[in-house]
Order: sequence, then C-alpha cells, then structure tokens
Amino acid sequence: MNDYQDRRYILIAIFLVVAITYIFRLFYIQVIDDSYKLSANNLALKHVTLYPPRGLIYDRNNKLLVYNEAAYNLMVIPREVKNIDTNEFCKLINLTREEFDKRMVKIRKHSTRKASVISESITAEEWSKIVESLSQFNGFYGEERTVRKYSSSMAGHALGYLNEVSPSILDRLPYYQRGDKIGASGIEKQYEKELRGTRGIAIKMRDNHMRIKGSYKGGKYDTIPKAGFEIKLTLDGNLQAYGERLMQNKTGSIVAIEPSTGEILALVTSPSYDPNKLVGRGRSEYYNSISNNDSLSPWFNRALEAQYPPGSIFKLVQALIGLEEGVIKKSTGFICDKKPMNCHNHPAPTNLLKAIQFSCNPYFHDAVKLIIQQGKSRSIFTDSQLGLAKWENHIASFGLGHKLDVDFPLMKSGNIPGVDFYNKLYGKRRWAYSTIYSLSIGQGEVLVVPLQMANLAAIFANRGYYYTPHLIKSIGKNDSIPEKYLVKNETTVATEHYDAVIDAMQQVVEADHGTARSGRIDSVEVCGKTGTVQNPHGEDHSVFMAFAPKNNPEISIIVYVENSGFGGTWAAPIASLMMEQYLKGGITDTLKEERILAADFIHGINIK
Amino acid sequence: MGWLNIYAATYSEDHQSLFDFSQSYGKQLLWIGTALGLGLVILMLEERFFSTFSNLIYFGGVLLLIAVLIFGKEIKGAKSWFVIANTISLQPSEIAKYGTALALSKFVGEYNVKMQSFKSQFQAAAILIIPIILILLQPDPGSVLVFCSFIFAMYREGLSGNILLIGLGAIVLFMLAIILRVSSIDLPFELILDGKYILIIALTAIAGIVFWLIKNYKQAKFIVFGVLLICIGYIMSIDYIFENVLKSHHQDRINDLLGVTFDPSGAGYNVNQSKIAIGSGGFYGKGFLQGTQTKLDFVPEQSTDFIFCTIGEEWGFIGSFVVISLFMFLIIKIITIAERQKAKFSRVFCYCAASIFFLHFMINLGMTIGLAPVIGIPLPFFSYGGSSLWSFTILIFTVIRLDSERKYLLG
Repeated sequence: MNDYQDRRYILIAIFLVVAITYIFRLFYIQVIDDSYKLSANNLALKHVTLYPPRGLIYDRNNKLLVYNEAAYNLMVIPREVKNIDTNEFCKLINLTREEFDKRMVKIRKHSTRKASVISESITAEEWSKIVESLSQFNGFYGEERTVRKYSSSMAGHALGYLNEVSPSILDRLPYYQRGDKIGASGIEKQYEKELRGTRGIAIKMRDNHMRIKGSYKGGKYDTIPKAGFEIKLTLDGNLQAYGERLMQNKTGSIVAIEPSTGEILALVTSPSYDPNKLVGRGRSEYYNSISNNDSLSPWFNRALEAQYPPGSIFKLVQALIGLEEGVIKKSTGFICDKKPMNCHNHPAPTNLLKAIQFSCNPYFHDAVKLIIQQGKSRSIFTDSQLGLAKWENHIASFGLGHKLDVDFPLMKSGNIPGVDFYNKLYGKRRWAYSTIYSLSIGQGEVLVVPLQMANLAAIFANRGYYYTPHLIKSIGKNDSIPEKYLVKNETTVATEHYDAVIDAMQQVVEADHGTARSGRIDSVEVCGKTGTVQNPHGEDHSVFMAFAPKNNPEISIIVYVENSGFGGTWAAPIASLMMEQYLKGGITDTLKEERILAADFIHGINIK
Repeated sequence: MGWLNIYAATYSEDHQSLFDFSQSYGKQLLWIGTALGLGLVILMLEERFFSTFSNLIYFGGVLLLIAVLIFGKEIKGAKSWFVIANTISLQPSEIAKYGTALALSKFVGEYNVKMQSFKSQFQAAAILIIPIILILLQPDPGSVLVFCSFIFAMYREGLSGNILLIGLGAIVLFMLAIILRVSSIDLPFELILDGKYILIIALTAIAGIVFWLIKNYKQAKFIVFGVLLICIGYIMSIDYIFENVLKSHHQDRINDLLGVTFDPSGAGYNVNQSKIAIGSGGFYGKGFLQGTQTKLDFVPEQSTDFIFCTIGEEWGFIGSFVVISLFMFLIIKIITIAERQKAKFSRVFCYCAASIFFLHFMINLGMTIGLAPVIGIPLPFFSYGGSSLWSFTILIFTVIRLDSERKYLLG
C-alpha cells in the first residue's frame, strides 16, 4: 500500500532546503552584514529638528513689514492616546467633536506611531491656557514653531504668504519635511531660499524607554540652525499704505517705480486681502471666504496679471517710433477727419505736441501708417510686413509684449501682435496696414499689464532706458542684489526724440485743454498721459501714466481704475496724490483726496 | 517559550503583574491554559471520533466561513474575524483548516481512492476549493496558501510530482513577469517592447531549442507547443490578475519583495524594520527583554506576525537557529509519526498537519527576513493569538491521539 513511501524523503528534503536557506539568510543579516546593526543605532538615536527663524522683511525705509511670532503646533502620536475624555479635550483645544474625529482618522491613516499636527499655529496666549491641562491627555504635546506676522494689513500680494508643503513639493525638494511651511506667493515664494534659513539637527540618545539621555557624542554631530536672511524691499511702506487707501472700494491697481533704479515703490492691487488673516487658526475660513464668495477675486494680482489694451497711452510710443524712423517730425500735422476712427472735438492737430495733448485718433492712424508702410516694397503686403517687423523690434525694446524679469512669481506677458501673429491670424501676405490699423491707438490685439506701463513711464522719465523693475533692495547684511537689476536696458529710440513727447506729456497735465488737468501737483512739473480702456462689459477703465518732476524725475507711476470712465477723471487725480505723497510727504489738496476716498465703484455708489 | 516571547514583545513597565489578563501576555497565558485543556479533551476522544465527524467538522468550518463574511468584523481590510464581546476574537479559517485536513484525510483514506486517478484528484480538489474560495472572499491570502500546502500531503499519497513542478514553475514565471512588468526595451521605428513580451520571446526561444533537440518525437513536440501556449496565456493574464485581483497593498509588498520598488518607509517599512531588529541581534542576541528595536515598537505587529523579530533581536543567531531547528524537528517528527501509521486516514492527516506547520513556518519566517511576501500569517506557538494557538494545539494533539491508536488497528 505504501507505494509512495519514498516520497517522504523528497518532502523532508524540500522542507530542509527552505530551513537551511533561512538559516543562511539569518546568519548573513545577523552576523555578517553590519548595515542592519548601524541602522538599529540610528533608531535608538532621536533626531530633533531645530527650526531656524525665517528672515524678516523690511521696507525701503527700514520699517518692519513681516516678522515672526511664537506659536504652537499641537502634536499627537495616535497610538499613545489612551483613556482621554475626548469631549473635554475638544473643548480645551476649541475644536468640534466632528472635526477632531475627522482629523484623527486622517492622522491615523498616515501613521499611528509618528507624531502629526492636529491643530496648528496656536498663539502663545491661547497656548498658555491649553498647556496647563495638557498633561491629562496622553499622546498630545506641543511643539514650538513660529508664524508670520504682518505689521499692517497692506501689501498682501507683494509680500505673499506661506503654505504647508504639498506632497508634490515633498517629492521634488528633499529639504522639506511633512508639516513644513513654504512661501507660496509673492516675496515669500520668490525669496524662499534666502528667507527660510537652514534647519539644524540635534542628535539625542534614547534609552529603551524612550527617555532622552542627553546629546549623542556631546553634540559633535549636531548642526546649528542658520537663521534666514533679512530682506529689505524697495517698497515704501507709507506710499503703499496710502495707495491702498486711495484704492479702497475700487478695483484696479497702482504701480510706482523709481525711474533711476527700477525699484518698485508701490505695488497696489485692489481688492486685496489681509495677510494677517492668512495665518493661524482662522486661515482656512478666511481663505475659503475669499475664494468662494468674492466675485472681484482678491487673489488676482491686477498689477501683474491683468492684461488691458494700452489705449491712448500707446500713442506716445508710436510717436517716438515715428520720430526715430524719420517718418514724422515734431511739426508734422494731419487732418482730424474722424476717419477711420472716431475722435472727440478738439482743435486741429497741426503738430505732434497738439496731437498728443488732444489724443487725436486719426492723427496716429496716419502717423503709424507711415511707420508700417514705408514704401520699401511695391506690394503693400510685403511693405507692411517689413514695416511691422521694424515696429515690433522697437516696441520690444520698451519692455512690452514679454514678461519683465521682475522678482515676482507671477506675471503675464501681455501681447504685442507682430508679423508672426498676423500671419497666423490672416495668412501670409494677406494683411496690410488697413487690416491692422487699430494697433496704432493701442486697441485691437495689443495687451499690456500695469507693471509694463509703469516701466514705460520710467522709460519716459529716463528719456530712453530702464532698469528691470524689482522689489528686492538688499538681502542679508550686504547690499548686493541680483546682477540683472543693475543692467541698463536702452530703447531703440534716440534720447533726443523723447523731449518732444515729454513736452507734450507736460501739456496733457498743465495746458488748459489738457486731458489730465486733475493730475496737477502744486509747484511740481508733472508729465502724464491719460488712457481710456474700452471695456465691452461695462464702464470704461480709467488709466493714467505719469512721472514727476519733469527734470530729474523721482517717481513714475501707472494707475488703473476699472469701470470708472475717463482716465482724467479718476486715475489722474489718484496718480497725482500718490506722487505728491511721495515727493512732499503730505497732501495739500485735501478736497481732491476726499473725493477719491469717497468714490466707490464696487458697491454701485457713484460720486462725481 | 512562545509565551515568554510575547511577554518580551509587549513588555512595558506599566504592567508588572504577570497575570494581568488585560495585557496580551496575560491573555496568552489564559489561551495556553485553555489550549492544554482542549488537548486533554482530544486525548480522551476515541480515534473513531475524528474519522466519523470529519465531514461534520468540515461543513461546520465552511458554514462559519460563510457566516464570517456576513457577520464578521472587518480588521485591516479583511473580514476574517468574529469578535465576541470586544475581547475575544475568533478566526473561523483556523477551524476550517482543521476540518479540511480531516475531511481530506477521510476522503483519501477510503480504500477505493487512488490519487493517481483523475476522478480522485478532482474530488480532492473540490474539498479544497470550497474553503479557498470563501477565504479568498475575505480576503486572506495567508490562509489560502495554507490550504494550498495540502498539496504536499497529496503528493505523498501519489499525486503526480508534476503538480509540484507546475506550481513551482508558475511561481517562478509570476515573479519574472512582475519583475519585468516595469521594464521595457525601446526598439527602432518607435516600437516599445514591454517586459512581458520579452519574457514571451525568451520562452519561445527556449521552446524552439527544445523543439530542435527532440526533433524525432512528434508527440513531445505537441506537448512542448501546448505548454508554451499555456505559459503565454498565463503571462498575459498575470498583468490583469496583478492589477485587478490583488489589493494595492499586496501589490506593493510583492513589488517590494522582488526589488521592483524600494520604499523603506512605505510598503517596505515593516520588512525593513524587521530586518533591522533581527540584524541588530547579532550572534548572541541582546538578551531577554533587552531588545531596543522591539521594545521601542519600531516593528509593527511584533507580537503577532512579526514575533520572530523579538527572537532574532533578543536571542541572536543562536536563538534563531534553535527555533528553526525545533520547527524542523517537529515537522520531521510528525512525518515520522505519519509513516508509522497503519490507517491511511491517520497518515494523511499527519501529513496535512506537517504541511500546515511547514507553510506557516516558511511564510512567517520568510517575511521577517525579507524572503517571502508580507502575508499576515502567524508563527505556530509563538505568535500572540488564541485561535491560532488553539488550532495548532488541536493539530498536535490529534496527531498524538491518532498515533497512540495505531497498535489497535490492523493495516
């Protein structure tokens, strides 16, 4: 019957082979291979992270804008949570039971033995109340961290805020650990590396009851955390605050630049948000209320992301190109026949100065035609292509149609339609000036962002060059800023041509018929140009570009007020108030100021 | 000895009393006591009891398996436990294991059953398949593997050795397919050769060589060709099985074991920690209760599935060696007992018991040292847990009881 008796030896052999393999393997990992012993050492040591303080941020006058405040993260090690009165605990840490349970479930999923944050950024004051009774609750403890604090509610967009690092960042940047904060927008993001500093590590020894028994090898392998660098911004805190006040109840933006350096003095976008509310425990509520309930989208940084047609201001650039190309002169006159574009009633544009002063549309239609169709080819199509290529080249040198290398994470490039653009749109050799003339007065496909326009104002102020606008004034103790902000960018238009245009800009403000009489400042020569951006969705956007004083300009500025009408009505007075504030440190025309402060284009109340 | 280990694994200062039943080592002591009592009961039963009630126990086990799918409590994604009054939990697959071993022994023990015949093979397979399907539904791959181990017993009773070879071949192919899953070769003309096609091409090449070698045997050629087709079909379906049948944590663990992925803080965390704990034991170990890795709870599940870490860390290579030797001694002893049985029923049952022990031993130890996939399966007599302890005790005592009966039976 036992036909297969011998098979027992085969089975025993199989079993023994497995057993012997295991013994060899065990011999290898227990006796031969040292790496596991070393690993075990590591585990009995506790690495305590030492967090560096994040760098402080100052304005150009050394006024503190952003600093750190002690805060506490409530940590939990789920497996050590035993026998606690959960309701009592929720009351203590000010969480609803549902929220607490929800967070615990999430934390448990991540790890039951590693510490996780259950409630973050508790202020020192709140913490003092919690800490007294915390010892009753096993498994919970506090960890001291810092939160960002802002000395005022201004410049939220420029300064930016911090976020907890996302899983994708954790994958990409090994420096960060779960629960760390990282700059998520503005300066905080742009200069994250400089601001964050370097973490330190203290190695502590633990015995087998988890008690810390002092430093490992007397702290020989510890590293001291390196504090983040202090950063000084080019922003003028007073001017920024004043700009935000003027823009209250309005949508739009103000960008002010110091022309001689490219330093951004004010970067106002409205509506904005209060950066102080984006830290601590109310954060997510505030974040959601802004994201979901505000139709004016305060997250949208209008100063760098909003793209508008440049409108009449573009005529200044056209005039410069015309002069440079030699197709018009200061004395050139055209007839304003209100064709092919309409125009308002004004005296005849008998020369360039008057044309700019009255912002005459047909004049610039005719002038730009001479730039684009210079008669270099018999075919008007080829001719237009040659002319437009030249024009494109000029325009690009004014920092338009591409992103400026500003130290800000987000910026739109605007749009300057060129040869490629129209070839794609209409087909090669299928367009001529008559197809594209709307660009002559800054309408059509031309788009610019406010920062580019502020830079344009700086170019006029400098008579032909600019430094790339930037927010950084100094990092750390030495005054060095990135090389790229010290490079002078020349335009393709010779300096001598600027004077004619600048004289006209002065007339826009000073002359009795000028469109920006409301932009005057007592005893300061202001040069400017109004623009009105046609808005198909409602009231036009009011725009004003200016610099002052005329000689040795100290400030150049652009103001956009959305849905408010003509450039001269709202944008020009706001710009003049800003410039006066900056140049004189105060306002003389308080009536003008009151009118602006009272204006409300958001809630539908119009005061003329 | 097993109990001392659980004591060491869960030992902490807060609980000094050895007999504190709220602690797991206290509870385990209770389990050991009851298990011994149960053993005594079994010794007092008549031999006839086992063969008479084998089918009843089998069906009882199957019913419990169905019940657990409906009423069982879901622990770690598997519905394999009954929880009674929050303190005692029972795993019906343990009972089914015992029942199946009995039923299988009874079936094979019948005088007209020959394992060589297809009909008998089919019927034996049916006995196995029912509980396997029910456990797959839980799902609990560890227990399924234990049921598969009965093939060893069947092999002893005359099941063709080819089945073992086919099983081995299937495992090897599976591993190759998984390893090659993530690799591919770029060919010219923008063709990308997937890992599985590489494998198929390699197999076809081997088949071609075999074809050439045996050119004179026409029949053999057909067999080779058939095997090749089956292999290809199997490889093509592995992808599907891997993606759709296995749960993601099982996929991760298999990938980790085969070195496809390396993630010591994710799927590979347990094994890595376990290897560190065992490795840190060195040759002599750190001594009883001196383990730092296990004491500091670095190894998850260290009182159940990863109990071997405690042995490895505290008793070192010597301890591990002794434990492995003891297991081998036990298994070989059971096989020796099996061979001296006159009744076929007893012999088959002993072999089943030996197979169960072997499989638990192989998988549990293998996973702690990174040689087998991480599958929740206890180490006999070491792991904490009442159900498994009871079931192993019952197995052993049944073997003893059957053995003591042999002299009264005629061959």
